[in-house]
Amino acid sequence: MHWYWIDRITVFESQKRAEAVKAVTLAEDHLHDHFKFAPLMPGSLIIEGIAQTAGLLLYEAKGYKEKVVLAKIPKFTFHQINVVPGEILTYKVCLETFREDGGVASVQAYRNDELMAEGELMFAHLGQAFSDQSLFADGDMLDMMRLFRVFEVGVAADGTKLLDPNCSK
Amino acid sequence: MPSQEEIFEGVKKALVDALAVDDDEVTPKSTLVGDLGAESIDLLDIVFRLEKAFDIKIERGELVPDDIVNDTQEQYVKDGKLTELGLAEIKKRMPFADLASFETNPMVQNLTTILTVQDMCYIVEQKLNSAN
Repeated sequence: MHWYWIDRITVFESQKRAEAVKAVTLAEDHLHDHFKFAPLMPGSLIIEGIAQTAGLLLYEAKGYKEKVVLAKIPKFTFHQINVVPGEILTYKVCLETFREDGGVASVQAYRNDELMAEGELMFAHLGQAFSDQSLFADGDMLDMMRLFRVFEVGVAADGTKLLDPNCSK
Repeated sequence: MPSQEEIFEGVKKALVDALAVDDDEVTPKSTLVGDLGAESIDLLDIVFRLEKAFDIKIERGELVPDDIVNDTQEQYVKDGKLTELGLAEIKKRMPFADLASFETNPMVQNLTTILTVQDMCYIVEQKLNSAN
């Protein structure tokens, strides 16, 4: 089982910003219980989807070398929580800071033009402190980038097309 | 170059934002961990905020030298305590810190607990001075 909370990345500008879409569907098991006759997309999973978007931006910014985890949510506000099946959310993330041990992204979630949520997420690189733990395997994050079709839309830091590092030009 | 008061205000804002504490809780002598409730991941958050607020660069390990803390060769740390060499190195690398009480029982796990708001101001001031 995989933990994917976005469907596709539609904008990916290296070291700057990214956008992703999440289509909410009644086919998702968790909505059957959250809640039984009134399905509602959980806010925590909206944050997770946004974190996946920003995490991949940070992962690419550090040359695909560091495993990135959501470390802290310094601030986050939900303006609306009534996200229901059949709706599409757009997550927008902007990388504010990135360095060797982590980074910070300012983030928003929209339903069409309506701002649903916004905040700030902080990420850390797992680094040597967690070298004895395998939260996820080598290559997992790159596989996610392919799955979310980042290399179809990605722009590298120099403005050229972002290439899959494991594929020849 | 900001004044010391401006530096303190900038540091205070970073701490209030990072730790969700009230303004009046942040005094020069407040310890980040003990008084303001910072956890280890918060230190990274604080560094990010200070870098952005003052346009400075605080390198990894400058607050607390992680190569000493994570020493496995028993050169700096033995049985969880800093060795004499470790203490000497800490004094050199953390000149801003008041180590008097820490030295009585130099458990390495307590090293981050000695950091104060004033220490943060010192680091920022040094960085700004070296940039000018």
